[in-house]
Amino acid sequence: MTTKVYIPRDSSALSMGADKVALAIAEQAKLRGKQIDIIRNGSRGLYWLETMVEVQTDQGRVAYGPVQAKDVNGLFDADFLNGQSANASAHPLYLGLTEQINWLKQQQRLTFARVGITDPVSLDDYIAYDGYKGLKNALQLSGADIVKTVTDSGLRGRGGAAFPTGIKWNTVLTCQANQKYIVCNADEGDSGTFSDRMIMENDPFVLIEGMTIAGIAVGATQGYIYLRSEYPHALKVLNEAIDKAEKAGYLGEKICGSKHSFKLEVRRAAGAYVCGEETSLLESLEGKRGMVRFKPPLPAIEGLFGKPTVVNNVISLATVPIILDKGAQYYADYGMGRSRGTLPIQLAGNIKQGGLVELAFGITLRELLYDYGGGSASGRPIRAVQVGGPLGAFLPESQFDTPLDYEAFSSIWAVLGHGGIVAFDDTVDMAKMARYAFEFCAIESCGKCTPCRIGSTRGVEVMDNIIAGKEVAKNIKLVRDLSDTMLNGSLCALGGMTPYPVLSAMNHFSEDF
Amino acid sequence: MQDLQEKQVQGKEIDRLVAQYKSMPGALLPLLHAIQDSTGFIPETCYATIAQALSLSVAEVHGVVTFYHHFKTHQPGQHVLQICRAESCQAMGSANLEAHAKKCLNIDYHQTTDDRAITLAPVYCLGNCALSPAVMLDEELYGRVSIADLDALMLEAGASLAKA
Ligand SMILES: NC(=O)c1ccc[n+]([C@@H]2O[C@H](COP(=O)([O-])OP(=O)(O)OC[C@H]3O[C@@H](n4cnc5c(N)ncnc54)[C@H](O)[C@@H]3O)[C@@H](O)[C@H]2O)c1
Ligand SMILES: Cc1cc2nc3c(=O)[nH]c(=O)nc-3n(C[C@H](O)[C@H](O)[C@H](O)COP(=O)(O)O)c2cc1C
Ligand code: SF4
Repeated sequence: MTTKVYIPRDSSALSMGADKVALAIAEQAKLRGKQIDIIRNGSRGLYWLETMVEVQTDQGRVAYGPVQAKDVNGLFDADFLNGQSANASAHPLYLGLTEQINWLKQQQRLTFARVGITDPVSLDDYIAYDGYKGLKNALQLSGADIVKTVTDSGLRGRGGAAFPTGIKWNTVLTCQANQKYIVCNADEGDSGTFSDRMIMENDPFVLIEGMTIAGIAVGATQGYIYLRSEYPHALKVLNEAIDKAEKAGYLGEKICGSKHSFKLEVRRAAGAYVCGEETSLLESLEGKRGMVRFKPPLPAIEGLFGKPTVVNNVISLATVPIILDKGAQYYADYGMGRSRGTLPIQLAGNIKQGGLVELAFGITLRELLYDYGGGSASGRPIRAVQVGGPLGAFLPESQFDTPLDYEAFSSIWAVLGHGGIVAFDDTVDMAKMARYAFEFCAIESCGKCTPCRIGSTRGVEVMDNIIAGKEVAKNIKLVRDLSDTMLNGSLCALGGMTPYPVLSAMNHFSEDF
Repeated sequence: MQDLQEKQVQGKEIDRLVAQYKSMPGALLPLLHAIQDSTGFIPETCYATIAQALSLSVAEVHGVVTFYHHFKTHQPGQHVLQICRAESCQAMGSANLEAHAKKCLNIDYHQTTDDRAITLAPVYCLGNCALSPAVMLDEELYGRVSIADLDALMLEAGASLAKA
């Protein structure tokens, strides 16, 4: 009998030695004459358990983790391939049925429905697990009806700005032009975020399907994925998947025999954070320096090469297929207030159980940090949490009961952004974090406007003085004035939001200044 | 010093890539990536060829190459070690890794060891934030990296480590 063994190929799993584990398992199986079929699946996102190895049983998959190459011999000794044997379940790395692991079982995985289950580059797997059902439905609808479905679902831009996706699409739909574009923003610059990477590495077809539906909806025939250069694995997977989709008639001319055409290409970014800002991204795609453009005109009206362009985040686009498959209402039934649907949340930093948690909006930070995260990795108290990337505010323990909801976060002068949560224990020095926020802005500023270009460098100097204890009261006032200028006088959110981490650190952790 | 023959081979390769990419819409970044993938960096000597093929000025090409952190204007060492400096890794002690690497290799960021084995570079997020601190050696990613892990990686890359 051949046993199916699943070993992730996700880059975080690889970073914990997944390839070495796969090699060791193949070797031992050969040595011991065991028939196995190794499938390199995506990661389930329980990263502290990587490398998580699963074996197929009659009851479903049984998991073991975290497995290192040196554990493999012992796993075979314990008959781990027979996941229901008493020996296997007595092994210290035995985790039971994967789907029954609480951390996973309690999630509401819509965008991530297939992630970790399938072989990312198998189109057969994709289709067997409900892939391309959304496209099939979309092909029966008019562009306006597809756009209406997306609008009715309540989906808002998951890149961070939370602008309603359907309304953006409608602007592009109603523009007359001989060429329109769909651009996927896969620059994922925020520290503490990796959900875009996970989708691209672990379920690339869902992004391809989402972009194809977007193209059909607004009448665009060319798509680009602008991919962060720090993601070499995602590049390979995306290109392989695009190639397969083309060969199977899901991309290219006359998609699935319809009158629609859609071509897709991956373009590599080149390590500039500001190129995640949509207009800077478009400049970069056109082959220029990533200088931010003035808005208006919006990219939806004058975007890539001056043509109407949908720019959407990976998660926004990857969520479209399930909305078209199950309907707007199905998606809108999740969530709270004006934040409809689910958010793929990323638990990162000093956290014991980091990874990907997809849940309806409304869960509190505290539940995420403790029920899912299991507290800090160091075992010390969690003192501060930064949500929404390097331009997001730091939250103190007194704000941990805030529900994840765009409006609830705005009301406490914080941002949910792309859903990244970075925990810090009580050894963090918040004055240093404020200094870092200015430093990062100085390194990444495109230089177009003075408050950002000069203000950030000045901010570093003033923070250095504060840290050195020089004229602290005077310098704190200076930082506040500087932040005010940046908030109000910057062209884009890089300069305009750097004051969030700076001022929140000062306001909530004044004892460090 | 690069010898003449090597330069000629490099020049030919660049001409080939320019011809391959020049008609692509927004060709400059894909072309620069292709050149760097093949020669390790973007030699200043090729700016004129690129400029001519894409109807740009040499200054524009220079402006683009230097805008992006990813593009290198000098030949890097045999291996590039990137250490993540972003918030998530800071929360897990990346500052210690950074200090240790600089001390052992006896170089600062953006520098290459004398034996040209390793170039050290900062990076702001590798998308491995649930397993911070993270580093990347060439295209291999590593998570939950300890000082001992880092030593092993640097040795593997052929570095002769100064006494820590
Ligand atoms: N994901 C990441 O890695 C990352 C990194 C940095 C910042 N961010 C986020 O980026 C956000 C700022 O982004 P922004 O400057 O693009 O925000 P924005 O509010 O200017 O725009 C949001 C989106 O809506 C579109 N839009 C606005 N009005 C429109 C209309 N009437 N019709 C059609 N489209 C319309 C814009 O073109 C844009 O695509 C921040 O809130 C931050 O959270 C994310
Ligand atoms: C400095 C800066 C960096 C950004 N980086 C990203 C990014 O990496 N990914 C992303 O999707 N959006 C990023 N954004 C937001 C984009 O400008 C834009 O709002 C987004 O791509 C729109 O897609 P959405 O509506 O699907 O969220 C960034 C914004 C700023 C100001
Ligand atoms: S705020 Fe900074 S990054 Fe944004 S346009 Fe101005 S200078 Fe450029």
